[in-house]
Amino acid sequence: MNTPADLYRKMALIREFEMRIDEMFATGRIRGTTHLSAGQEACAVGACAGLRCDDAVVSNHRGHGHFIATGGDPGAMMAEMMGKQTGYSRGRGGSQHMACFDIGFLGSNGITGGGLPVAVGAALGFKMQKTDRIVLCFFGDGASNQGTFHESLNLAAVWRLPIIFFCENNLYAMSTPMHDATAVENIAERGNAYTIAGEVIDGNDVIAVRDAVAGAAERVRGGSGPALIEAMTYRYLGHSKSDKCEYRTREEEQRWHERDPIKLYAARLRESGELDDGRIARIDAEVKQQVDEAVEFATTSPDPNPDELEGSVFA
Amino acid sequence: MPEPLTYSEAIREAMAEEMRRDGRVFLMGEDVALYGGAFRVTRGLLDEFGPGRIRNTPISESGIVGAGIGAALVGMRPIVEIMFMDFITLAVDQLVNHASKYRFMYGEQARVPLVVRAPAGGHRGYGPTHSQCLERLFFSMPGIKIAAPSTPADARGLLKAAIRDDNPVLFVESKILYPSLGDRPEEQAFAGKDDDIIPLGRARVAREGEHISVIAYSEMVVQAVRAAEALEAEGISLEVIDLRTLAPLDMARVLESVGKTGRAIVAEEGHRTGGPGAEIACRIVESCFYELDAPVRRVAAMDVPVPVSPLLERRVLPSAFDIASAARHLMNEA
Repeated sequence: MNTPADLYRKMALIREFEMRIDEMFATGRIRGTTHLSAGQEACAVGACAGLRCDDAVVSNHRGHGHFIATGGDPGAMMAEMMGKQTGYSRGRGGSQHMACFDIGFLGSNGITGGGLPVAVGAALGFKMQKTDRIVLCFFGDGASNQGTFHESLNLAAVWRLPIIFFCENNLYAMSTPMHDATAVENIAERGNAYTIAGEVIDGNDVIAVRDAVAGAAERVRGGSGPALIEAMTYRYLGHSKSDKCEYRTREEEQRWHERDPIKLYAARLRESGELDDGRIARIDAEVKQQVDEAVEFATTSPDPNPDELEGSVFA
Repeated sequence: MPEPLTYSEAIREAMAEEMRRDGRVFLMGEDVALYGGAFRVTRGLLDEFGPGRIRNTPISESGIVGAGIGAALVGMRPIVEIMFMDFITLAVDQLVNHASKYRFMYGEQARVPLVVRAPAGGHRGYGPTHSQCLERLFFSMPGIKIAAPSTPADARGLLKAAIRDDNPVLFVESKILYPSLGDRPEEQAFAGKDDDIIPLGRARVAREGEHISVIAYSEMVVQAVRAAEALEAEGISLEVIDLRTLAPLDMARVLESVGKTGRAIVAEEGHRTGGPGAEIACRIVESCFYELDAPVRRVAAMDVPVPVSPLLERRVLPSAFDIASAARHLMNEA
């Protein structure tokens, strides 16, 4: 499932999905808010490609890419975006609250840094169950200023838990440049305070991400305790749908577009002869078709039944 | 006949029994292992279950409650001890935005069988940040159950039910009840009986009476019974309803009693404004206004923090005396 074509396909699917959602918000077909990950596809896809399929992933508010990379179905995701009964959360969660426990996707959530302790607990559970499953927790540079980040790294280190803390550093916490709000040069350095070796990697290079996570996964699975990876990347769109990106320059955006993770990988595959232009064009057409179908599925899906509300709070 | 357990021992025994019964149950909290927790409730569990299942944690309330949620999501059944209920404020995000919502917001895929135990209440001179009753913070939050026992038997039976429940349960322990043995046979707890689990959501009549229903939970039940005993000589008969759990809230039992007596006092140790007592009083009025012979009265803490000085603390916290005065007023109003 992680051939070069698969990696390319998943990144292309995330991009297509995110851009479609952007468009659907603009035209009023989806309401609420959303945090899109266009530009960060190599992080999601590379990280998940470095895991075993029975490992678990905890996501954050910018989670569509993580979910697709873990194996989430775009149709059920789109249905959730549109608040339909067939959505992963039956229309109750929307963009930032989706999960699929069957595939080990333990949920995206809207509280910055909120998922970190939960991920630590899942890793504790795996360890107590004497499995060799591990957890990967996605979070952003902004979340590393939350107390939960520090509590989680400390707890995971003290208990030597099987968890990879995966920071997608996209340089801005909403509008705040990282260095205006963060006392260290790199998030990875923060691992030092908890005896966790941090590494900084190129988050726009899907192979670099995959290899870093696979290496960390092997160590973590072997009982070495937690790992911290900081992947440098960039979100193309605003923090959320209302953001006009006044806090950054068009030149900076342009520089990052030149290192687009999908184009970089496509170029590498062309060069190595693993994929040619024709194959790439076919994959691009297929993912477009897949997202068309997801939108069609979501659009024609039934609304949720309000009568089910009260019975759905407790197990 | 075996010796009855104290409230504190009943809680320990409930945990031990459930841990013997189910390998997925484990405990974590600050100083819960060798030390046995600040109130020594968990003392001795380390010897039987070892450090893997009786886990000392860093002082990280948000981290450990969150870790409880995560472990619960992957099939464990964690119990997290918060040293003083006041410290639960540091874990409010994990309880409010995570534990209580996952079931609903992930389309009923999730189960969060998490118990958070928290010693609450004053009367011990611990002052403003070590004396509070903060169940009010969660009472209005859908998705979290709240148990607050007033007797050793209920402490044991409700905690066992909480541990077996597939939802997050906040288990409110009364600090000053820890040494209590329970006054009547039905209030006493004994180790080893597996069949006396008390289902969450069922109030009990702690004392039958005819003139006024006193609705209370946790230590205020003891105060209410004391008031009832004192008022007997004056010819005022109180019926004391022990809610046992605030969520689910057994309003049917409350309304049945108020329907009979026609008068109600709602008693709680927390501050008067915006607490469970206000909600319960409101529901009584909504449901049986025309059956009431007098206005519903509330007995609660003053709306000031809980002070250290014994004189001041006694003034701020409600007691049997306040319940008795409220009862006399109610009888005069009718």
